[in-house]
Amino acid sequence: IVLNLINYKYSSRVGTSRRHAFLYIYMEQIGSNFHLTLVSKMAGADGDDSLYPIAVLIDELRNEDVQLRLNSIKKLSTIALALGVERTRTELLPFLTDTIYDEDEVLLALAEQLGNFTMLVGGPEYVHCLLPPLESLATVEETVVRDKAVESLRKISQEHSPVDLEVHFEPLVKRLASGDWFTSRTSACGLFSVCYPRVSSTVKAEIRQHFRTLCSDDTPMVRRAAASKLGEFAKVLELDYVKSDIISLFTALASDEQDSVRLLAVEACVSIATLLPQEDLETLVMPTLRQAAEDKSWRVRYMVADKFSELQKAVGPEITKNDLVPAFQNLLKDCEAEVRAAAANKVKEFCENLPEDNREQIIMTHILPCVKELVSDTNQHVKSALASVIMGLSTILGKDNTIEHLLPLFLAQLKDECPEVRLNIISNLDCVNEVIGIRQLSQSLLPAIVELAEDAKWRVRLAIIEYMPLLAGQLGVEFFDEKLNTLCMAWLIDHVYAIREAATCNLMKLVEKFGAEWAQNTIVPKVLGMANDPNYLHRMTTLFCINALSEACGQDITTKQMLPVVLKMSNDQVANVRFNVAKSLQKIGPVLDSNALQTEVKPVLEKLATDTDMDVKYFAQEAISVLALA
Amino acid sequence: METTKLPPTSPSSPTTSFSVPSAEKVDGFPRRSMRRARQRRSHSSSQFRYQSSQVELTPLPLLKDAPVAELHDLFCKKLQQCCVLFDFLDCVADLKGKEIKRAALNELVESVATSRGVLIEPLYPEAIKMISVNIFRTLPPSENPEFDPEEDEPTLEASWPHLQLVYEFFLRFLESPDFQPSMAKRYVDQKFVLQLLELFDSEDPREREYLKTILHRVYGKLLGLRAYIRKQINNIFLRFIYETEHFNGVAELLEILGSIINGFALPLKAEHKQFLVRVLIPLHTAKSLSIFHAQLAYCVVQFMEKDATVTEYIIRGLLKYWPKTCTQKEVMFLGEIEEILDVIEPSQFIRVQEPLFKQIAACISSPHFQVAERALYFWNNEYILSLIEENCQVILPLVFATLYRVSKEHWNQTIVSLIYNVLKTFMEMNSKLFDDLTASYKVEKQNWSQGVVNFRIRLIYLHGVSCLIKMCRYH
Repeated sequence: IVLNLINYKYSSRVGTSRRHAFLYIYMEQIGSNFHLTLVSKMAGADGDDSLYPIAVLIDELRNEDVQLRLNSIKKLSTIALALGVERTRTELLPFLTDTIYDEDEVLLALAEQLGNFTMLVGGPEYVHCLLPPLESLATVEETVVRDKAVESLRKISQEHSPVDLEVHFEPLVKRLASGDWFTSRTSACGLFSVCYPRVSSTVKAEIRQHFRTLCSDDTPMVRRAAASKLGEFAKVLELDYVKSDIISLFTALASDEQDSVRLLAVEACVSIATLLPQEDLETLVMPTLRQAAEDKSWRVRYMVADKFSELQKAVGPEITKNDLVPAFQNLLKDCEAEVRAAAANKVKEFCENLPEDNREQIIMTHILPCVKELVSDTNQHVKSALASVIMGLSTILGKDNTIEHLLPLFLAQLKDECPEVRLNIISNLDCVNEVIGIRQLSQSLLPAIVELAEDAKWRVRLAIIEYMPLLAGQLGVEFFDEKLNTLCMAWLIDHVYAIREAATCNLMKLVEKFGAEWAQNTIVPKVLGMANDPNYLHRMTTLFCINALSEACGQDITTKQMLPVVLKMSNDQVANVRFNVAKSLQKIGPVLDSNALQTEVKPVLEKLATDTDMDVKYFAQEAISVLALA
Repeated sequence: METTKLPPTSPSSPTTSFSVPSAEKVDGFPRRSMRRARQRRSHSSSQFRYQSSQVELTPLPLLKDAPVAELHDLFCKKLQQCCVLFDFLDCVADLKGKEIKRAALNELVESVATSRGVLIEPLYPEAIKMISVNIFRTLPPSENPEFDPEEDEPTLEASWPHLQLVYEFFLRFLESPDFQPSMAKRYVDQKFVLQLLELFDSEDPREREYLKTILHRVYGKLLGLRAYIRKQINNIFLRFIYETEHFNGVAELLEILGSIINGFALPLKAEHKQFLVRVLIPLHTAKSLSIFHAQLAYCVVQFMEKDATVTEYIIRGLLKYWPKTCTQKEVMFLGEIEEILDVIEPSQFIRVQEPLFKQIAACISSPHFQVAERALYFWNNEYILSLIEENCQVILPLVFATLYRVSKEHWNQTIVSLIYNVLKTFMEMNSKLFDDLTASYKVEKQNWSQGVVNFRIRLIYLHGVSCLIKMCRYH
C-alpha cells in the first residue's frame, strides 16, 4: 500500500508541492519516532499495517513547515535504509527526481545526501540511478544548490565503472552542456574533467568539443564557469590537446569582453603554465599573461597580483627574471590601491622564490625601490599589507642589508599613523629578531608600543596586549621592567572589560616567562594594592588576576600573599565582589594546602553561603562542594 | 583630506566627496602625513592612467563665430580636443586645459542641441569616439568595500565636471532631430552598448541617471540593438542575483525595462515570459531589494496588465520567495501584492487565492505589527474587498482561525482594532458562514484542551479515510 500510495500520488495531478510535502512528512515520520516501528513493519512487508504511518503523514500533509521537510531530507539515508536498496531505486529515487520543486534549503540538503547514496542504492553497480535527481538539481537556479549537486555528481562519477560512465554519466554531461538555460550549462563545466580520463577516445573528442563550445557561450555566466574550470580540465588532457585546444581557449577567455571572465583566465594560467614544458611557455602562455598584467580592468590586475607567487612558480626562474620582475614592479606601482595591496602582500613570497644566484641583486635594484615607495603610500590597506610581510625580507637579505636598507623602513612603519600598520610590524618582530636582534629597534619600538597601548580604539589596545608576551621575551626582563611594566599595569584599570581581561591573561603569560620570583617582586604587590581601590571593578580585577596568577606563582606566594587579600575582600559591600571571592577561592583552592583550606577558606565560604545575596550564596555553595569542604 | 585644496567655486562640486578611506574617519589620527604623500596617484581613476602623455590644449575659435564652410571641421577638431582626459583627483593640475575642454564641451552641447544641420555623417565616428574615450572606463573599486546604498554616501565621480557635459552631449546627440539611426548604428554597436551597460554599476547616482535616459533613447532609436540590450540586462541581473549580489544600477535598469515591457507586443513571447519568471521574480530575493523594489513592482504589474495569464506565475513566485526573517522586506512584498491585487482579474484571483490568503494569514499573525498592519490594510482596499466578498466561502475559512486568535493575543492595540474591523466586515459579508466558523473554532479549541491526542488521532484517521476514498475515485 505504501507503494501504491506513492505511485498514486506520483502519477496523479495533485500539485507538486503537495506531492512532495507528502513524501517529506512521510520521511520525517520514518526518520524519527516511527523509524523502528516502520522498519519492523517493512520487514513484515505489506499488509494494512503500513496504513498507520501513511495516515499520519496524510494528516501532516497540510503542514507546510520547511523545517520539517528539511529534517526529513537530512534523514534520507535512514529512510533509504528502511526501504532497502530495491525500493530506494524503484520508488524513492523516481519520486525525488520528480519533486525538484521545493525550497532551496531542502534541495541543498537533498543534493548533499545523494552524493553519499551509492551503498544505499546497491553499490557501484547501481550508482547511475542517482543521476536523474542530481541532474535535475544541477539545473536549478540557486547557485549553492547547483554547486552542491555538481559536487555530488563529481563524487559519484568516481564510483561509476568505465562502461557506466560512458553509458550513463557522459550523456548526462552532454545533456547539461546543451541545456537551454544557462544553469545547466554552468553545471556541465564542472563535470568534464571528472569523466574525461576514463572514457574512450571518441567520447573524449566529444567532451573536448563540448567544452570548447561552452568557452564561447553566449552568456557570460557560462563563460565564467568554463574559465574557472579551464585549469582543472587542462590537467586531465593529453599534452598535445593542451597545446592545440586549451591554449586557444585560454587566449580567447583571457581577452573576453567581460573582465569577470578575463580574471578567471588568470587562475587557469597557473595550471596551464605548470603543465607545459618550459620551451613552450614563452610562445603559448606569456603573451596572454603579459597582457593580463596590464589589463585595463583593475580586477584582472588584482588577480594577477593575487596569484603572483603561483604564477612565478609555474613559469620558472628564467621568465620570472625577464618578465615577472618588471610586471611585479608595475603592480606595486599600480594606480589602484587594491592592486598595490595585493602585490604588497606577495613581496616576501616573491622575493623568497627568486632564483638564488641573483636574488639579492634583483631585490636591491628592482623590488626594494618600489617597497620604499609603498611605505609612504596614501592607502592604509596597502601599507598594512606591506607591513605584514616586509619583516620577512630581512631573513632573505641578511644582516647588513637589513640594517642599512630595511631598518629605516621598519622604523618609518612603526611611526605610521595607521595603528594596523604598526601592529603588523610589531607582530612580526620575531623575523627581525633572528637576523639583527630586536635591540636595534627598541628605541623606536617603545614609542610605537606606548602609542598603541593608549590608542583610542580598544581593539587596537587589545591587539597590542596580545603581543606583549612575545615582546617581553625578545626585549628581556630589564627592558620590560623599565619601560613596559607600567603599561601592563595600566591596562588592568582600563575602562573596557575586554582589555582588563586580556591584561589579566597577559600577566599570567609574563609570569610564565619571567618566573614566580619576578612576579612576587614586580606584579603581585601592585595587583594586591588594587584590592583597596574605591572602584569595585578594580577590586574585582584583583580577584581575576589572582585567579590567573595563582597557579603560575605557586603555593607559597598564593597562600602567603594572595589568600589573605581574597579573604579580606569577602567583607566587601558589593555583592559582585563577594561572589567573585567565592569563585576565586574555588579557583585557587587546589593550589593551597589543606591546612589553609580548612582553617581559613572554609569559614569564609561558610559565611558567604549564608549571605543575603542569592548569587553570593550560590557561588559559595558551589565552591564548598567543588573543594569538598562540606 | 583633499577637501582643503578645493576651489571654493561650487559647493556641490563632486570633489567634496573625495572621502578619506572610511576607517580613517573614525580613528582620530591627525591626517597631516596623509596629505604630503603622493596624492596624485592615490585615487586616480583607472582611466587616467592610460593616457600616455599629457597634451597641452589650445583654445579653438568659437563655433558660433565660424563661417559655415568651416563649421564641421571646427566641430570635429573640438570633438578631438575633448578626447584628452584630465586628472581630476589633483584638482589644481592643469586648470587651464580643463577649462578649455569644459568650454569646448559646452559649445558642442549647445551646438548639437540648437543648430540644425550640424550632424553630418563624418561627425558620427568622431562623436562616438569622443564619448567612448570619456565615459568608458573600468569603474574604480569602491572606497568602501561594505558599501550599503541605503546607509552610506556614494562615492561621486571625480571627473564629473567634464563627464556630465559628455553625457549631456551624448543625450543631445541622440535627441537631435538630425540624428540618423542608420548612420549611428555603425558606431553605436553591441560592444558599445555592453560597455554602456557596465557603467550602470557606477556608484554616482548622477551618472546612472544620465545613463538611464541615454540607454532609453538608444533602445528607442536603434531597433537592431533592442534584443541585445534586453539580453545583456538579463545577464547583468542574473549575475547580480546569483553571483555578486552587487550592482548599483538595478533600479535604473528596471525603470527602463518598465517602459520596455509596456511596449511588448501581444501575445507575449516566450522570451519575455522567461524574463519575468526567471529574472524579475528571483530579483525579489536580493538583499538590497528596498533600493529597487518600487521599480521592480512596477515592472511586475506592467507584465500583468499586458497579459493576465502571468498572474499565477507571479503570485506563486512571490510566495516562493516570501521573506522568512526580514520584516522590512515582508512589508515590501505585501505592498507589491496589494499593487498586484489592484489590477488582478477575478478569474486569476480564484486561481491563487488559496495559497495567497494562507500567506496573508501568516502575515496577520506576525508579531511585528507593521507586517500585520500592512496585511490588514488590504481590507481597506475596495477592489480587494470585493474580490474577498465574492470568494468569501474560500477565504474566510483560511483566515478565520488566525484572525480570531490574533484578535485575542496580539500585543499591539492598533492591530487588535484593525482585526475587529476585518472580523466585522466578514460578519456582514456572510454571517451564516461566520457563525459556523466561530462555533467550530470554539469546539476545536475545546477539544484540543480536553484531549489533544484523541483529537489528533481521530483527525488523522478521518483524513486517511477521505484520502483513500478520493484515491479510489481517481482510479
